[in-house]
Amino acid sequence: MTRTNYDTGRGLALLAMMERIRAFERQAELAATRDKLVLGAIHLSIGQEACAAGIMQALRRDDLLLSTHRGHGHTLAKGADPAAMMKELLGREGGCCGGKGGSMHIADFGVGMLGANGVVSANITIGAGAAHGIKLLGDDRICVDIFGDGAINRGPFLEGLNWAAVFDLPVLFVCEDNEWSATTRTADMTGGDGAAARAEAIGLPVQRVDGNDVEAVADIAGDLVARIRRDRRPAFLHARTFRQEGHTYFDPAAYRSQEATQARIAADDPIARHRETLQAAGVAMAELDQIKAKAEAEMQAALSVATAAPFPPDDSVFDEVQDIGSPAEEAV
Amino acid sequence: MPVMTYAGAALQALREAMIADPRVWCVGEDLGRGGVFGQYKGLREEFGETRISDAPISEAGIMGAAFGAAMVGTRPVVEMRFADFALCATDELINQIAKARFMFGGQSRAPMVIRKPMGMWRSSAAQHSQSLEAWYAHIPGLVVAVPATPQDNYAMMRAAIAADDPVVYLEHKDIWLNEAEVDPEEPFTWGTARRRHAGGDLTVVSWSNTANLAAEAADILAAEGIAADVLDLRSLWPWDRQAVCESAGRSGRLLVAHESVGTAGFGAEVVATVVENTSLTCPPRRLASPRSLVPYAPNLEDQLRVTADMIADTAREMCR
Repeated sequence: MTRTNYDTGRGLALLAMMERIRAFERQAELAATRDKLVLGAIHLSIGQEACAAGIMQALRRDDLLLSTHRGHGHTLAKGADPAAMMKELLGREGGCCGGKGGSMHIADFGVGMLGANGVVSANITIGAGAAHGIKLLGDDRICVDIFGDGAINRGPFLEGLNWAAVFDLPVLFVCEDNEWSATTRTADMTGGDGAAARAEAIGLPVQRVDGNDVEAVADIAGDLVARIRRDRRPAFLHARTFRQEGHTYFDPAAYRSQEATQARIAADDPIARHRETLQAAGVAMAELDQIKAKAEAEMQAALSVATAAPFPPDDSVFDEVQDIGSPAEEAV
Repeated sequence: MPVMTYAGAALQALREAMIADPRVWCVGEDLGRGGVFGQYKGLREEFGETRISDAPISEAGIMGAAFGAAMVGTRPVVEMRFADFALCATDELINQIAKARFMFGGQSRAPMVIRKPMGMWRSSAAQHSQSLEAWYAHIPGLVVAVPATPQDNYAMMRAAIAADDPVVYLEHKDIWLNEAEVDPEEPFTWGTARRRHAGGDLTVVSWSNTANLAAEAADILAAEGIAADVLDLRSLWPWDRQAVCESAGRSGRLLVAHESVGTAGFGAEVVATVVENTSLTCPPRRLASPRSLVPYAPNLEDQLRVTADMIADTAREMCR
């Protein structure tokens, strides 16, 4: 069915971003499993690309973003350089955190991405605070604070949402609900009706969205971001999605049915769904394939660049700890 | 020179910093009415509720939000009411604030002062009396301030607010009303000890209120002909290893005194550093709280206290 007034340009841009995220994650996975170049854990966001692409298209470059340990897609969609990100995953010089953070702490302050976080839920109070800082400085930026469904059972979820409500802060909280808390089903560990109900109880306006429908995410995020930018008040988005792979790249997800997972992927992959939308809108299959091929080539190149990069200089280990009493100046 | 209380000196320093820099703001529970101990008295009236910001009882929220606001370019002074309550925000302080600059490869800074009133204050019991300074000295990324006098609480507060590093700022609750002259022009450099009493017979190293007790002990000893070199460390990270090693090397005797639990305390770090770097003429000694909990009843509480008399007694034994 052809949509009326369909914005093909936006649709193609959303597809391109989703393909870039997936290609990045596939290359990262290869770098970890095939090439043994990624030494620490990486948490892939395959299947969750629609949230990253849909939300980030609504933001300005100077808006702020905080993310989770599954943050590659969000970071890329915010505008970070994939080669610098891949170098960071490989712990190389020129990585966006100088090889000191790795996958779980990926950040690019130049595009307003204030960090992925290795501690579930910790970014919720910090994101509220970033919005608090924006308010104190009096500019018109907003902050988007993304966390997973597992985060709603930790205290910072309550404290951060309450903080934003009490101080009227320009922050969009996004629960990217992929149904799994590491290797445990979140529903089995959650009292009550979960994320959206809890946000409503704190008084935040709440929207729910099919997080695998990139057009729907983009529409709702566009509205929410515009409203927050205007009203300077917080809002909450609950986006349902599905984690196609394990918790980390070496988790085979044996705790869930492979059959059900494959059926779910076949029926509800955000990229496949969006390709169908674009085809229905009259875009040729060849053009869609070209977008995918271009994304794959870009990310293969990013991995090549990262693989060729040197490790950081040994003596940078003591840089950036602290100014006062820096270990770089240690001596009795 | 103006006479100020220990509390009033920090209040004055904070006030001057807020006038000088509009990015400085304070956040914590009960700040609007001046703080639990009056450390913010009058600031709400002067600077308004946005810059003297009341917070929910939400230590993790306060610490996390202040950190987010610091990353964006403001300079928060965070109030934790009691050092004990700051433990509710341990992840925010240790996993986030202390590590952000390093983990993000220098893209981030956390210019924050985190005020955690510490120490025994008559009959406050186990959850309102702790001195946990050694914990913070153990964490890379943090500066640890333990001022003992009005002069230092003034100068160190100014320095802490000016610092681009997170500063864990531990004021002792039992000395808010101690009064002394404050010279606003006196410079302060992190990691420099203050010589509270000069002498060559033994070196006494201390900090926070125990440094005041050590100075009292030195007066008692001086009347008996024992000259103690009393060094008040003022900051535990960085700390003045050079002054301590130099003094202990000269006197040959080292006594470290602190209110916090002795086991794995910072006194052990001082002793180890001195022993590694100098020769002593007698074994070093530590005076500290036993590894117990602070009780409510005053007679029981006194069992844990390090006093000026105890410091003097130990010094006499060492100099015999």
